[in-house]
Formats: sequence, C-alpha cells, structure tokens
Amino acid sequence: MSSVMLEVRNLVVAFGAFHAIDDLDLTLHEHEVRFVIGPNGAGKTTLIDSITNLVRPTSGSIRFAGEELIGKSEHAIVRTGIGRTFQKPSVFDELTVLENVDIAASFRLRFRSLLKRRRGISDEVAESLDSVNLTAQRDEPAGSLSHGQKQWLEVAMVLVQRPRLLLLDEPVAGMTEKERLHTGELITQIAQQGTTVLVIEHDMDFVRRFAHKVTVMHEGKILTEGTVADVQQDETVREVYLGRPRDARGAAEALA
Amino acid sequence: MSTMAKLLPTGTPRPSAFLVRFVIMAATLLLVAPWLLSDFRLSLLAKFLCFAIIAVGIGLAYGQGGMLVLGQGLFFGIGGYAMGMHLKIVDAGEGQLPDILTYSGKYDSLPALWKPFSSAWFAIPMAILLPMAIAALLGAAIFRQRIRGPYFAILSQALAAAFVVVLVGNNALTGGTNGLTNFQSFFGLSVTSPSDQRTLYFIVVVVLLIVFLLTRELVLGRYGRVLIATRDDEDRVRFLGYDPARVKLFAYVMAAGMAGLAGALFVPVVGIISPALLGIVPSIEMVIWVALGGRTVLAWAAAGAVIVNWAKTSVSEQFPSGWLYLQGLLFVVVILYLPKGIAGAVEHIRAYIGRLPPTGGLRILMSSGDRPPKQAAKPNPTEEAA
Ligand SMILES: Nc1ncnc2c1ncn2[C@@H]1O[C@H](COP(=O)(O)OP(=O)(O)O)[C@@H](O)[C@H]1O
Ligand SMILES: [Mg+2]
Repeated sequence: MSSVMLEVRNLVVAFGAFHAIDDLDLTLHEHEVRFVIGPNGAGKTTLIDSITNLVRPTSGSIRFAGEELIGKSEHAIVRTGIGRTFQKPSVFDELTVLENVDIAASFRLRFRSLLKRRRGISDEVAESLDSVNLTAQRDEPAGSLSHGQKQWLEVAMVLVQRPRLLLLDEPVAGMTEKERLHTGELITQIAQQGTTVLVIEHDMDFVRRFAHKVTVMHEGKILTEGTVADVQQDETVREVYLGRPRDARGAAEALA
Repeated sequence: MSTMAKLLPTGTPRPSAFLVRFVIMAATLLLVAPWLLSDFRLSLLAKFLCFAIIAVGIGLAYGQGGMLVLGQGLFFGIGGYAMGMHLKIVDAGEGQLPDILTYSGKYDSLPALWKPFSSAWFAIPMAILLPMAIAALLGAAIFRQRIRGPYFAILSQALAAAFVVVLVGNNALTGGTNGLTNFQSFFGLSVTSPSDQRTLYFIVVVVLLIVFLLTRELVLGRYGRVLIATRDDEDRVRFLGYDPARVKLFAYVMAAGMAGLAGALFVPVVGIISPALLGIVPSIEMVIWVALGGRTVLAWAAAGAVIVNWAKTSVSEQFPSGWLYLQGLLFVVVILYLPKGIAGAVEHIRAYIGRLPPTGGLRILMSSGDRPPKQAAKPNPTEEAA
C-alpha cells in the first residue's frame, strides 16, 4: 500500500447555518486517481476550495503529506505541491498562451530571476503546451481561445508546475467528445507519472470510462466509495440521483 | 518595405522597431529640443520631463499593476523636500542657517530633521529610498489586507493629504505653505543661469531615459507578465503559487522611488517645492497624465505627462482659467471614448492607415519601422475585402 497523500478529517464548511461540507472524511493515496461525483450542490467544489483555502473550513483537518493545510495561504498551499483548476476556466486573457504557461512554470523562481526576460521556451513549457495540443496557438492571446481550449490551457498551466496532488474541477464540462477522450487519456498519463489526481466530474460516461475508484458525495457528506461498478449497484446512490429530477438523466446514465 | 529598411544599406541587420523609436525620441530630446526651444521653453520641458519620470512609475503601478495610485504627490514631495533641504543647507554656507529656518526665530542651529541632509550622500539616496521605504511599509499593510480598488486609491490619497497637513502645520521647520524656494546652486551649477539650466535639462533627459529603459525591462520580464496577471485576476494568481501582495508591492515601491527621484530633480529645475505641488489635486493630475497618454503603454504614459502639461501651459497663457475645464473635458472624453488614452487613438489611426491602399508619404511616416503596413504584403488591395 502506498503512503497517504491527502487526509481530510471531520471537515465542516458552514455558510451561515448551512453546512456545504458536513463532517467529511476522505483519504487519497499516492499515485491514486480518484473521481468525485455527486449531484449539483453536493459540495464537491467546496471540498476543493477548502483544500486550497479558497474557502476557510469551519472545523476539521486537511493534511497533505503529513502537513496541515488549514491556516496556510493559497500560494503557500500551491508551493507545497498542490495544483488546481477551476470549474469556470480562468486564464489570463491579455497574456499569450505561452506566457500563461510560462508564468505558471516560473512560480518557484527566485525574485531576482523573475525580473529577467524569458529567453526562449523551456522544455517543460513546450512539453506541457504540446500535451494539450496548444503549441500552434502559443503566441495568441489566451483571450482568443475557445472555452475548451481555455480549459486545456488551465490544465497545461497546472501540469507544468508538477504538483504532487492535482485537483480538477469538472475538467471536461463543455468539451466535445474528442476533447473529452483526450483529457481522459491525459489524466491517466499524469497519474502514471506519479501525480495523485482528484477529479470532480458530472459526466457519468466519462467517469465510467476513466475512473477506477469513485467517491459519491451528497449534501456535504460521503455517500459511498468504491469501484465504478460498486457505485452503480449502490441503492443509496440510485435514490440520491433519482430523488432529484434535474439529475434524472445523469442517474439513468449512471445506472445504465 | 519599411522606412528603416530603405534608409539602411541592404544586408544591414534591421534594428527592432523599439530601438528605432527610442533613438528618434532620445535624439529629439537631446538634440532637436535644445536647438529648437528658447531657454525658457527648454526649462519648462525639463519640468515636464520630471513629471514624465513620475508618469513612468504610475504606468508601472497603475497601467501594468492596476493599482490606482492617487497619492504619488507624497513620494514626489518627499524627494523634493529631501533635495530642497540639502540645497538650502549648501546655499546657506558652512555654519549658517538656511533663511527658511531663521524666520521663526526658533532655531539657532540646524534642527535634527535637517542635519543629516547636509550631506549629499544622505540627501540624494534618501530622496529615492525614503519614498520607497514608506511605500513598502504602507503597501505591505494594505496589500496583505487585500485592500484594493477604490479603497486603495482613497488610502493612498489620504496619505498625500496628511503629508500636506504635516508640512503646513510645521511651518517653522518646513517653510509651511511657501515651501522651500530661492535656491542658488545645484552641485556647482547656478540654478538661475540659463546655460546651467540647459545642463540640468540634459541631466533630467538622461535620468528619464534610463528610468524608462529599466522600467521597460521590468515590464517585459517575467515579473511584468505576473504583474499583468495580478492586475487582471489577483485571486487566480494565488493559485499559481504567487503572493499577489508581494507582486504588487514591488511595483508600488518602484513607482514611489521614481516619484521621489522626480521630486529631487524638480527642485533644481523649477526652484521650488511646496505643499501646493503635492497635495490631492496634483496627485490626481499625475494619474490623469497617464490615463490621457495611455496607461498600458509606458512610453505613452510618459508622453502624457509632457503633452498634458504642455497643453496646460499653452492654454493657461491664453485663458488663465480655461485649463481646468479643458482638463476635465479631456478626462471625460478619454474615460468614455479612449480607455487606452492617446496610445489607443494612435493604434486606431495606424490600423486605419494600414488598411488604406498604398499612397506613399503619410503611410511611410506612420509606419513603425520594422512592421510593414499590412497591405504591403498583398499585391492587390481589393483582396482585403475577400
Ligand atoms: N460562498 C458560498 N456561500 C454560500 N453558499 C455557498 C457558497 N459556496 C457554495 N455554497 C453552497 O454550498 C453548496 C455546495 O456547493 P458546491 O460545492 O459548489 O457544489 P458542487 O460543486 O458539488 O455542485 C451549494 O448548495 C452552494 O449553493
Ligand atoms: Mg461544482
């Protein structure tokens, strides 16, 4: 058994009286790819937000490689080796695609080196642009990319930082079938290279194709955990999805 | 075919568009202007170029960094008073009290605040370092608290206002509302002699060009990219592992240093530093220069300072109170129609001229040196429509 990478214990995130995360435990091991699914509002994004300190948890503990994250600032958390993407892709529109990836790659540079101009393109940057098929667009402003390309650019930006733990929030939302396939392969490949990955996903088709272990969240709690097959069989999962009309389609797919 | 390529023998490596523009600008300031302008006009230009140094700093902090620095008068003033005190002490002569300190009858020797400024080795670095230190303390507190936008603007402005209150309140020590004036000499130059004023002009030009080049390197460096990223989405930058407070702080501190340096040069050039030059209104005007010139383009930010002040002087000579209204009008027009200032307008004109069929003269004048006008590559102008 590989060592524990991320250990979330008794996590509570309250927005007023409402608990978006309600006493949640989650353990991720090194090299693991974990998919987190759950209906809208289950608290999936809030989970990633608390790991990266975008929201401040009310109580509980989040340990990364043995180190407590709660109380650390966002940039310090990134520097411990955690990367994330956002549900709504956010890249820097005024910078070129290349510059976006380059500043992401430069985050560990000392300040003095940061003051200098970029000379050429480093191998990691070129590689990471290539892995998301954006090499041809590298000198275009990021603002001119399509929605799907922006999502990929974001992936390239986080990959180039070589995080030990990668948190992806609905990475294939709005992507075409071909793009989804490519992203799925990319995720698998990243994991093989030794990164622990947590993927939030809505699309059951995608989950079925690329997930091994799945965690189902509901109302801020973990409903169940297991293989895709386990989860599909689970009665409570059926109820959760069927109990919510707007997710009926997702449920039908999940149960197919 | 670009203008530059035509001027140079074939085979000469083509200099970058920037280098061409920079050399033209430097030659204009160092050769053409001194030859063309009267002593009086040239020393006016020197004053405007001091302002341009402030504008370069604002271009960095505001244009690139998105910080609405509405209190640069504070830093300009500190630089000015640091230099002013030093010149006053030197003018008074060994063991004598500067005239300003004798009026109150309170002092019979140099007060503690003035004493260290006897040395140029203290006064000149302090004109730059003191503003930087204050900006560092202030910025560290403000940016770490994630205070930004209008709150930052108001806070920075409040400090300029407070500085004025302190200066006026300590009349005996600072010269009050009159400030420091009647300077005689500046490191062996006579401040009142026209030929020495010309020398001062050259000093200001050289300092401005150096400050501009260094700031440009900063903007083009990786740091400059991170600064733009921070301006556009501070929260996103955190998740790349950068601390936006530090990113912004550096630009803010550099801008403060530039304003201080400008103040130190302004004193010998203009012969006065007083609270009226650095309060709320002058501080706002400094940002207006940059907004009018074009806040995102460093050279245009600097040019904005010269253009606006030149216009101010010309208009005020004809209609003493006209400028206030014209400035207001200009500002509104820029906000509404030209968010990128004159730089944006020039960009539009360039793009427009680039689209015209080639007719020679004007186009060659407008082309930037290395970038052939778009049409030139196409043999048939009507293709554009296709
Ligand atoms: N900043 C906030 N303030 C109040 N409620 C919030 C906030 N962020 C999220 N929520 C609520 O928390 C719940 C979980 O949200 P989220 O984590 O975004 O769900 P998911 O990503 O699983 O769809 C939702 O009901 C949402 O409305
Ligand atoms: Mg979500």
